[in-house]
Amino acid sequence: MEQVAARRPRRFYILVFVLPAFILYSMFMAFPLLDSLRLSLYQEQAGGPDVFVGLANFERLFNDPVWSERFWNALRNNFVFFAVHMLVQNPIALLLAALLTTRGVRGVALFRTILFAPTTLSFVIIGFIWQLMLSPLWGILNNPAKTLGLPTPLLGQTQSALVTVSLVSVWQFVGLPMMLFSAALISISEELIDAARVDGATGWQTFWRVRFPLILPTVGIVGILTFVGNFNAFDLIYTMQGALAPPNFGTDILGTFFYRTTFGGGATQRPNPIMGTTIATIMFLIILTGVLIYLFGIQRRLVRAES
Amino acid sequence: MTATATARAQTSAPATSALRQRLGRAGTYVILIVYSLIAVFPVALILINSFKDKREVFSSPYSLPNPINMSGYETVFGRANVIRYFGNSLAVTLTTIILVLLFGAMAAYALSEYRFFGNRFLAIYFALGIMIPVRLGTVSLIRLMKTLNLHGTLGALILVYAAAGLPISIFILHSFMHDVPRELKDAARVDGASEYRILFQLVMPLVRPALATVAVFHMIPVWNDLWWPLVLASGESVRTITLGISWFVGQFKTDWSALLASLSLAMMPVLILYALFSRQLIRGLSEGAVKL
Amino acid sequence: MKKAFTFTLVLALFLVALPVSAQEEVVELVMGSWRTEDIEQWDEILAAFSAAYPNIVVRFEPTLNTEYDAQLRAALEAGTGPDLITCRPFDLSLGLYEAGYLASVNDLPGMEHFNDVARSGWITDDGENVYCVPMASVIHGFIYNADLFEEHGWTAPATMDEFMALLQTILDAGITPLAMGTKDGWGNAYMGFENIGPNYWDGEVGRQALISGEAKLTDPEFVAAIEAVVAWEPYLPDGHEAIGYADTQQLFPLGGAAIFPAGSWEIPIFEANAMFAMHAFKPPVVDPDAETCWINDHVDIAVGMNAATAHPEEARIFLEWLTTQEFAQMYSNLQPGFFSLSDHQLTLENPLAQEFLDWRQECQGTIRVLYQYLSRGEVSADNENWRIMPAVIQGVMTPMEAAEELESYLWRPE
Repeated sequence: MEQVAARRPRRFYILVFVLPAFILYSMFMAFPLLDSLRLSLYQEQAGGPDVFVGLANFERLFNDPVWSERFWNALRNNFVFFAVHMLVQNPIALLLAALLTTRGVRGVALFRTILFAPTTLSFVIIGFIWQLMLSPLWGILNNPAKTLGLPTPLLGQTQSALVTVSLVSVWQFVGLPMMLFSAALISISEELIDAARVDGATGWQTFWRVRFPLILPTVGIVGILTFVGNFNAFDLIYTMQGALAPPNFGTDILGTFFYRTTFGGGATQRPNPIMGTTIATIMFLIILTGVLIYLFGIQRRLVRAES
Repeated sequence: MTATATARAQTSAPATSALRQRLGRAGTYVILIVYSLIAVFPVALILINSFKDKREVFSSPYSLPNPINMSGYETVFGRANVIRYFGNSLAVTLTTIILVLLFGAMAAYALSEYRFFGNRFLAIYFALGIMIPVRLGTVSLIRLMKTLNLHGTLGALILVYAAAGLPISIFILHSFMHDVPRELKDAARVDGASEYRILFQLVMPLVRPALATVAVFHMIPVWNDLWWPLVLASGESVRTITLGISWFVGQFKTDWSALLASLSLAMMPVLILYALFSRQLIRGLSEGAVKL
Repeated sequence: MKKAFTFTLVLALFLVALPVSAQEEVVELVMGSWRTEDIEQWDEILAAFSAAYPNIVVRFEPTLNTEYDAQLRAALEAGTGPDLITCRPFDLSLGLYEAGYLASVNDLPGMEHFNDVARSGWITDDGENVYCVPMASVIHGFIYNADLFEEHGWTAPATMDEFMALLQTILDAGITPLAMGTKDGWGNAYMGFENIGPNYWDGEVGRQALISGEAKLTDPEFVAAIEAVVAWEPYLPDGHEAIGYADTQQLFPLGGAAIFPAGSWEIPIFEANAMFAMHAFKPPVVDPDAETCWINDHVDIAVGMNAATAHPEEARIFLEWLTTQEFAQMYSNLQPGFFSLSDHQLTLENPLAQEFLDWRQECQGTIRVLYQYLSRGEVSADNENWRIMPAVIQGVMTPMEAAEELESYLWRPE
């Protein structure tokens, strides 16, 4: 259709409409992100301007033992953190969403409200609640865990701390993918499911053969959102374990590593904002890679499968 | 129509299948109830124990408070500037949402309505911000805020939240505005309405549900954010409730009844608001999610 | 969104925001600190100050010990730091001063009450500028549940051998011997390693040798000190890996353990909460025949002024008040366990604090070994020790590995 406005030569109002958002977004989001990437190529110099050092900061991050050990540790932990979300959070969310959208189930609104409730609480509250729940002094969960033969205290053992923190995060966020899956499942037409039923398929079979393939695009979205969220995570570990991410950096992920490096910590550690930007750049690249793989790999294939 | 379909499915099913269906239904409820308990238990436990004294918290964590002990709450109210923190959070969250809605709607309208030079570029430029977290630009943002003399103000928080919130808002509003029938807008133009009027008096009211969705999308993350208050505005007078809680939880770490009371105080307003508006909130989130 | 709902929200915003922006006539100064335990004491001290200076109100705003420095730094960078800053000793505050966040207090009237030792923690390397008003030192040692000791007939140990035997005896009696967790780690570094360590490395002798490079942390005397702390592991509470410092501060007064490896700063907290009598013993000596014993008498705490405060005059008035006899006396009695660094004559009312102070007559004093110069490296050795010490105790690394890693972080002056 022909644009009405196109007939007028000067369309000043377009500028008025676009400029506020453009300026705000450019100044306080695009610029800081790009400038932060730039800063990672510099080094601070006492009393003078920053000096350009090329990729030296990255070289140190990857190879200098003072930095590299922590960096690879945080990166590895971050992948574990992500894996727990993919393997636990999203399947549970899918299960709950499937049950909530099953025809004839009563009290859906109430269940949904309760299941989503933890997601509305802040990290600070959730972090402290779970720290208390897991405390060996209080014993609410520590004693049952011990009875089950798990390594206790769960937050203090190298082999269990990271998974425990990840599971708390799962507890907090399971509501979000659940909502996304629900929204997608609801939009599936009833006829398709009925047709499957008539063919004698069980609920289980209907789900995997009919409903699940139809929500694959949502599975993709949930996957990429989980990825971005996890590689940008910081708050929960900070509130549960503190910036030092004990035991022995066992729960350190890129976000806490970034914070500690940028702002210092402890009684005697000086902050290092430039190395902070170097870590931020790596996080940026990781997230960008994930997003690109999603956009050009997964999403394309999903859309094709759908059509 | 759904009802008849269900009836047909049920009558045509053999008896074993009906039994299996009933078992399945029971299983459904068991799973939902068990997971609901998992979701609620920690919160309930904290609330209950906040009404006990220090020793009782340790000796009988599962019992109901007897008698009800408010000492924890008294300690907290004696120390913390709770009202001010709430005011700060409210101011930041509301201003952010207003900015995001206003500027987001304007930009989304321009992008969906007019063909102009750079339209596609702008759309992609904004879309890039959906996935990249602004947190990664922290070091530069702090420098920038210092240069602008905005560091340590609520304004700094609002600008960052608004900037970071624009991409997703523009994206959601764009797709809603696209669905507004062209005939309506053209009719208004024929009547001599300016483009501004068309947006603010015709299109905006029509996409009200979308605006609500966008508002809902930003409310919780902004209210609950810890990072930016921590690094941009941690001063006493500008502290948000989320940062405030983390500070006084730290202060009361050696006094568990006060600790539990401060956690409860921080949770209650959110939980009450959520109980009242959960329907709207969840609907908003789902609608936004479909557009993703 | 419903119009009425929006309207109500906006209205609520204004109602809440209005009183916040209203001007107050009295100048309010905020004082940042890591002393979350001292809220009540400071409220009393600050009330006394406001009684003398009615137009100034100082609000004490402590942050959790482990988060204080990072949060303070972040706040100062953002220009929102507190008006008055409680200063850590040595490099951390020096860094703040060099970055321009702390104002110099050279010309502050009353500074003459502090000698060179008192100033040493808060002075530039060239000795030109003092930037915090020294307040107190803390002494490390062990506080024990005296009722429990009496009941079982246990006596305070004088040597490390006696100490370890006592721990076993207590454990055999079914009681947790030591109130110490290994989650935060700084307790293990300061109340473990830095507490009993000086008797291993001969206090100042070993510390100076380490700074000059004559000694290394991998030398036997330092490794032995680490091993001595690691030997405590069986005597720590169950689940110590997830027990933080604040948890043990709660555990001990509730009677959950017999001995608290302490700094003297614990005294007021424990006296407020414990239902039993307490005494203290100094770090046991290694060799019963040693001529000198050492105690860690660490310059710990001072107060400086945010260079960017909106109320510099009022802040200076407060700092000046901190140099007075009135403050020193009040502080020492309200904060038993913090020993004033001023030259005013003071009398201590608290007998437990007096026990700690008496050790100054019996032993020689030294400060935390990693604090001065040595932790100036890109990665602070002292800070790493917060992580390494719990890791050795938990058996993640050997004492020698810990010493080697710590040694690699050391910074030594030319």
